[in-house]
Amino acid sequence: MKAAVTVFPGSNCDRDIAVALRRAGAEVTMVWHKEDRLPDGIDLVAVPGGFSYGDYLRCGAIAAQSPIARAVSDHAVRGGYVLGVCNGFQVLTELKLLPGALLRNAGLKYICRTVTLRVESQDNLFARGYALGQRIEIPIAHHDGNYYADGATLDRLEGEGRVAFRYLGNPNGSQRDIAGILSENGRVLGMMPHPERAADPGHGGTDGAAFFDGMVTALAHA
Amino acid sequence: MKARVTVMLKDGVLDPQGEAIRHALGALGFDGVGGVRQGKVIELDLADGTGEAEVRAMCERLLANTVIESYRVELA
Repeated sequence: MKAAVTVFPGSNCDRDIAVALRRAGAEVTMVWHKEDRLPDGIDLVAVPGGFSYGDYLRCGAIAAQSPIARAVSDHAVRGGYVLGVCNGFQVLTELKLLPGALLRNAGLKYICRTVTLRVESQDNLFARGYALGQRIEIPIAHHDGNYYADGATLDRLEGEGRVAFRYLGNPNGSQRDIAGILSENGRVLGMMPHPERAADPGHGGTDGAAFFDGMVTALAHA
Repeated sequence: MKARVTVMLKDGVLDPQGEAIRHALGALGFDGVGGVRQGKVIELDLADGTGEAEVRAMCERLLANTVIESYRVELA
C-alpha cells in the first residue's frame, strides 16, 4: 500500500503521520507543496496537521491553493483515498472536498488534550480497525476545530452515515459533536483529532494504532 | 485604484471572538452594546484595468470562505 504525505511550510505532524503509516505497513513518500503531481500508484494521500502558511487568512486557505493541493483534489475526484488530520481537515474543507468549515473554538482557547471519541461509521475503509460504537482516546490540539455546516448539510451527513467520529463531551463547540466526516463516496476523511499522536506506547496512548493498522490493511486489499 | 474588501462571518454563524469583545466591553462598563461581530479588512492596490468583477472573483476563490463568510467590496 502506497501513501503520500503532503508537506507545507508550517506542517508539523507530517513526520508523525508518516511514522504511523509506515509502522502499519505503508510505503510512504513525502511530497513538498510545490510539487504539482503525486508519485505514481498512490493509494492514499495524507494531509497532515500543523499550521500551513502560518494559518494566514484562514486555516488551510493558502495551502488549498498550492500546486500539490490541486493534485490532491484530482486524486480525490478520481476516487482516490485522502485523509486529512487537523490542519489537513481544514485544508480539505477549503478545497471543498468535504462540506462545512472549522471555526474558532467556542471557548476561544487553543485546546491540547486527549478526548474520547465514538466511532460512528464503519461503512468506510478508514475505520476498519475499530468496532462501530467503540470509544477511543485520541488527542486533539487545535484552535479552530469547531465544525460548522448549515442544518441541511448536517442532516445530509447524518442521513448518509458520513459522520465518522463524534466527541463524547464536546470540547470545541462543534455542531452535533462532530469530530470527523466523510465525503459522499466515503473515500475522503477529515478529522480534527490526531490518531498519529496515539500510535505508540511512548505517546501515552495507543488507540490510534488500530486506526492506521485497519486503514492500511484495508487499502492494501482494496 | 484601491479595493477594500470587508469579510464578516455570516449572520447565524457563531462569532466567539465578537462575543468575547462584547463581554469585555460590558466589563468596562459599556452597557449599551447588544452584540459584536468581528471581521477582517483586506486592502488591495489594484493594477490599472483590474475591476470590481475581478476583485469579487478573488473573494470567491480565496479571500472569503463563502460557507461561513460574506464579503463586501468597495473601490476607491
